[in-house]
Amino acid sequence: MLHTFVALVEDKPGVLTRVASLFRRLNVNIVSLTVGRSEKLGVSRMTIVSEASNTASHRIMASLYKLENVLLVDDVGQASCVVRELALIKVAATPKTRSHIFELAEVFRARIVDLAPESLMIEITGVESKIEGLLQVLNESEDRILEVSRTGRMVMRRGQHTSRVLDAMRVSSADVPEDELLSPDEEEADAEAGIPPII
Amino acid sequence: MSQTTDPAIPKHTTRLSGAEILWATLEGEGVREVFGYPGGAILPAYDALRKFPIRHILVRHEQGAAHMADGYARASGKIGVAIATSGPGATNMVTGIATAMLDSIPLLCITGQVSSKVLGSDAFQEVDITGITLPITKHNYVVTRAEDVAPTIREALRVARSGRPGPVLVDITKDAQQGLAAYDFAAAAPAPYRPHPMLRSESESVLNAAELIRASKRPVILAGHGVIQSNAREQVLALAERLQIPIATTLLGLGGMPASHPLQLGMMGMHGEAWVNHAIQQSDLLIACGMRFDDRVTGSIATYAPNAKKIHIEIDPAEINKNVKVDVALIGDLAEMLEILLPHLAPIAGESAWVREVNAMKGECAVRDIQNLPDTGHLFAAHVMNDLWHATNGKAIVATDVGQHQMWEAQYYKHEDPRTLITSGGLGTMGFALPAGIGAKVACPDKEVWVIAGDGGFQMTACELSTIAQENIDINIAIVNNGYLGMVRQWQEFFYEKNYESSPILSPDFVKLAEAHGIPGATVRTRAEGLAAVKAARERKGPFVINFMVEKEDSVYPMIPAGSALHEMIRRPGKNPLIETAQDV
Repeated sequence: MLHTFVALVEDKPGVLTRVASLFRRLNVNIVSLTVGRSEKLGVSRMTIVSEASNTASHRIMASLYKLENVLLVDDVGQASCVVRELALIKVAATPKTRSHIFELAEVFRARIVDLAPESLMIEITGVESKIEGLLQVLNESEDRILEVSRTGRMVMRRGQHTSRVLDAMRVSSADVPEDELLSPDEEEADAEAGIPPII
Repeated sequence: MSQTTDPAIPKHTTRLSGAEILWATLEGEGVREVFGYPGGAILPAYDALRKFPIRHILVRHEQGAAHMADGYARASGKIGVAIATSGPGATNMVTGIATAMLDSIPLLCITGQVSSKVLGSDAFQEVDITGITLPITKHNYVVTRAEDVAPTIREALRVARSGRPGPVLVDITKDAQQGLAAYDFAAAAPAPYRPHPMLRSESESVLNAAELIRASKRPVILAGHGVIQSNAREQVLALAERLQIPIATTLLGLGGMPASHPLQLGMMGMHGEAWVNHAIQQSDLLIACGMRFDDRVTGSIATYAPNAKKIHIEIDPAEINKNVKVDVALIGDLAEMLEILLPHLAPIAGESAWVREVNAMKGECAVRDIQNLPDTGHLFAAHVMNDLWHATNGKAIVATDVGQHQMWEAQYYKHEDPRTLITSGGLGTMGFALPAGIGAKVACPDKEVWVIAGDGGFQMTACELSTIAQENIDINIAIVNNGYLGMVRQWQEFFYEKNYESSPILSPDFVKLAEAHGIPGATVRTRAEGLAAVKAARERKGPFVINFMVEKEDSVYPMIPAGSALHEMIRRPGKNPLIETAQDV
């Protein structure tokens, strides 16, 4: 089961290593990790997608908070949020084969950002399924995919700032029964791992 | 905060070197002893030491420094400080740091580092110690400027001591030690401790816990290291006495509850006594206080306490549901949580049928009677521990090494008080006893301190005998000498068909070794000799080494083989049994 963690961390050297080391120590596979500046000076925002059960994800959150440089951790889960990823895809294309790729790009609301004699580059943003979709279609037609660069998933909760949403949740979680917050380890048998959350 | 306007506090405007700031900050934080070993990259710090009222104990190996600081912290409850140079000095501390990490001991390790200008260039004695210790420290720091020394040290101490304690490493480059900066202790104060956001003690959980306790008929309290770290002895006893709940302890929890208390069962787990493990397996409620359900304690998780609900009172949210799924979690400081919980629980009247049943279990299980050991003419380690326990009235601070003797000590030396058992539980580090005992004695100079080590473990850090000699440390050392790596031999006997591969070990004559350091000693082979030697050691001033030549192929019973359930214990074979009892004579 894929879990997406958003972590706000101090913008200091070594923080990325600490977070990545934590996942390694817990033997949790990182599917993607993206990090960059946030709206606050000195605070970076990391988005980590990992394979983990619900119990493991609770432990990951608790362990992340134990790191001195970590300020906030949000396991986004199925919450109402916007999920995006950006990919640059270089495809082999001659003047003859180019036009149908233009059409594909139109369908996927992607953009052509580079045109060369033997190739062109597509820029696409969207949820993973959309990007996977374009890649699949390109593979099915005769277009050779030369190069792919993906940012990994980025997530942001809809509505108020993440920290305010979490605070509100924490207050109301006092009324939430124990087993919702400490849910049993059923996801291990879940063969549907890999299905991204709904938009 | 109005420090800057308070005329009684002098404003520090003088510029000090980073090295001086280091010691001034430590002095300001109440540190009076450090354990260490000098070297090139930490030399400026050592040069500044004479200006400060801090005692430095020179060790013989930096691992010893880390273990000494660890023993110091365990015995006193204060933070232990170790200092070493860069490169090999720092890497020699790694085992000691990991030992402290796994047992949650507050430690500050200061390492010198090459000048910041040459960092990353594979300079002489340069090593990325912060990278190496990432997984075994609570946090670590690199200080490259003198002005960062004070705030970093103060923050490091706060991190080490707060929440779930742990070791912190501060790596200070040589130019940071030599550079000058203004020093203001108060201004260097760290940000206040930010409690873990996942602490939880809402009334909902407390009420659920109280409900579970009220409804239970066969409850057991599992008391761990947290009882000692949180000073929660009173609260745990109040809970136990109010509701007549028997108490089982982890290795590191020994001494948290008085061993003589009628509700105290003793140690549980892999080498716990049979009745303790049976009580847990038959319980309907486990109240886990400051313990983490370590695999030594649970046996096979699948069959652990199958009929019991579980309440987990724990300060570290990452431990909840890590090994064992629990029904209610109260996440916070143990003493505080119990204070919140207790008012919800009314005392029960009369005797508890469950307590009667558990006490009967103590009697039904095979009876351990030290006096009735088979007279093979050999000395048994159980004798050694029991005699030591009697001779010291159970009041000494005992630092043990790792192995069979450690388990026998846990079984036979009944610790009454917290911070009297100094032992490496989580990492199980051989060589821990001697330096940790030294650290404990430095922390508690007026208390009687005994080191108990096996012949294998003692050899690992025997060099610290020189430290004892140089610093006049008055501790007594008992070496349980059976010519084997005993615990390894036991596993080879039980599980590898007595294939004693590399477990027989040759040791030096420990008495001659001690005498070479100017420390007197005696070798004993019988119980009578042992008793006399212990008496002599206690009556004389100064350190004394007793080399106990014990039964070579003795095993610790009961034992739960790896993968077995908690109640599937291997018991001592019936022929010529070393019989076990709850009532030690």
